[in-house]
Amino acid sequence: MRQHSAFKVVGLHLAVIVLFFLAQFVLPEYHHLAVTRVMILAIFALGYNLLFGYTGLLSLGHALFFAAGLYGAGLTAFHLGWSVPAAFAAGVGAGFFASLVIGVVALRTSGVAFMIVTMMFSQVAYLASLYFTTYTRGEEGLVMPEAARHFDLFGVTFSLTDPSLRYNIALLLLAVTLIVILIVVRGPMGRVLIAIRENEPRTLMLGYNTFLIKLKAFVISGTISSVAGAAYALLFAYVGSSFASIQYSIEALLFTLLGGAGTVLGPILGTFAMFYLIDIVSGFTVAYLLVTGIALIALVLFFPKGILGTIRERWMTWLP
Amino acid sequence: MDLGPFLVLATLEGLLQAAVLTLIALGLSLVFGVMRIVNVAHGEFYMLGAVIAWFVASLLSLHPAVGFFLALVISPLLVGLVAYASERLILKRLKYDPEATIVATIGMLYVIQQVVLIGFGPDARPVEAPFYYRIRLPWFGYSAYNLFVMAAAVVLLIGCWYILTRTRLGLIMRATQFDSETAQAFGIPVDKVYGYVFAAGAMLAAVAAVLIVPIRQAHYLMGLDPLLLSFIVVIIGGLGSLRGTVVAALIIGLSDGIISVFFSPTLAKMLSTLLVALVLVFKPEGLFGAKAR
Repeated sequence: MRQHSAFKVVGLHLAVIVLFFLAQFVLPEYHHLAVTRVMILAIFALGYNLLFGYTGLLSLGHALFFAAGLYGAGLTAFHLGWSVPAAFAAGVGAGFFASLVIGVVALRTSGVAFMIVTMMFSQVAYLASLYFTTYTRGEEGLVMPEAARHFDLFGVTFSLTDPSLRYNIALLLLAVTLIVILIVVRGPMGRVLIAIRENEPRTLMLGYNTFLIKLKAFVISGTISSVAGAAYALLFAYVGSSFASIQYSIEALLFTLLGGAGTVLGPILGTFAMFYLIDIVSGFTVAYLLVTGIALIALVLFFPKGILGTIRERWMTWLP
Repeated sequence: MDLGPFLVLATLEGLLQAAVLTLIALGLSLVFGVMRIVNVAHGEFYMLGAVIAWFVASLLSLHPAVGFFLALVISPLLVGLVAYASERLILKRLKYDPEATIVATIGMLYVIQQVVLIGFGPDARPVEAPFYYRIRLPWFGYSAYNLFVMAAAVVLLIGCWYILTRTRLGLIMRATQFDSETAQAFGIPVDKVYGYVFAAGAMLAAVAAVLIVPIRQAHYLMGLDPLLLSFIVVIIGGLGSLRGTVVAALIIGLSDGIISVFFSPTLAKMLSTLLVALVLVFKPEGLFGAKAR
């Protein structure tokens, strides 16, 4: 039975990746770019979900880690002229250190205090990106220089202005993230994370060092978010303060809630659905954030398990 | 200008800031204290108060003073009504689960803000002050209206203190805050208390907004800064403590006013936000609050 469900799980996730891969050949230009963006944002949501959905820690400050990746990659490429792979590594490294330091401090709190502390740290980062405007250009942001638009790897030159290359890089990163999440969630660590979510004192009593495990989850989650940020900066050649604002943290939460917190594929589905919903609504009104608000309220009131969470509960109990 | 008068001006600005902040933060603290929920939409009730004040003052085209005092009555009432309705329709159904209410109030934040954007537009609009009088200080003129705002805040605070500590209503609220189950067992309609407290918290923010709107204009994004500042105040002052809230609002308001005059306001906000995050981590009962039970 377990063997059987593992086969289904791997098959389903493989199918999702293949679907995204095949989609690039049929999508028109506008949607081609939109799906590239959705995939990067989905990585952000996947990282968020590991902490919120699986560990039960609601962070309101994940924009900080997205921004750490964004600025880590963007600033090194812009000011120091680092090559694309080096800048990407710098972004991910920045996210790793930011999540380690903030995790150690913020995880001393729990519940409501944890939400507010993460939000406050994130707000400090946002204000810092405005304050050091000499380097970041604040809200106006930086546009990546021409030198950061292509890179050499194994003797081949890749140009990031090529939409199809961008699409496949985003897809590759998404696939790698998905595999990492699957390994974490289906492995022993994932079981302990869920145990912490359901009953932390009991997990502690069973002999697990819950602080250390929560910190691990926090760092993996933050680092994945920074992967999304660094990729966003380099693929779309723009770095700005708005990505560090509270609203970005809330978007990760919304994507996760909509798709289904605590399901592996939920954040991808949620990002996809919300992105297109907002895309459609912003055609009619400037107040497209109204949709965000209504969606948040409706989700917690009527639909707390999200799309995939509900499907898992009713029909597909094997879904990870 | 010399340093002395500069400091006087900064202090006056700080006091004004503190007066408004105390009222807003008191509303947030009341809701947190009694209901144990964090209301992220609190700043939007403040914004709504200012916007309704603009509608009342400008659509009725009365004498500015009449329009202003009418707004001072109508705006908090309407905001209270909106808050009461949202509490009954949303928060009550969530059974005040801390995480779900935070997500729901974030949603309310967006809904209120965006509805105002549709109905009121993206521009900042002024409300005329009820009176103009400049007090001549030796170095600069200072608007008497600012002093009126401070006085009004003090009067309101004393009123709140009186209600909370000297009346039956206050006793009921404090009993609910202390132990809602026992309060329920003693026949206190806890459910109703929650609804009214949520409305009262929002009304305090709305009153603060009507008072300040002749000085700062009404704008649909004006709610975020006071929200973060009142979080800071409530955390430093100790959650649910009236005295702590007032002291912390004075400290934050004054230091914010003074630091912003001499340094960059962004830096001031950065430092105070960081400080508060650390207070919450290392001293969660606040600097003045009693240890949590």
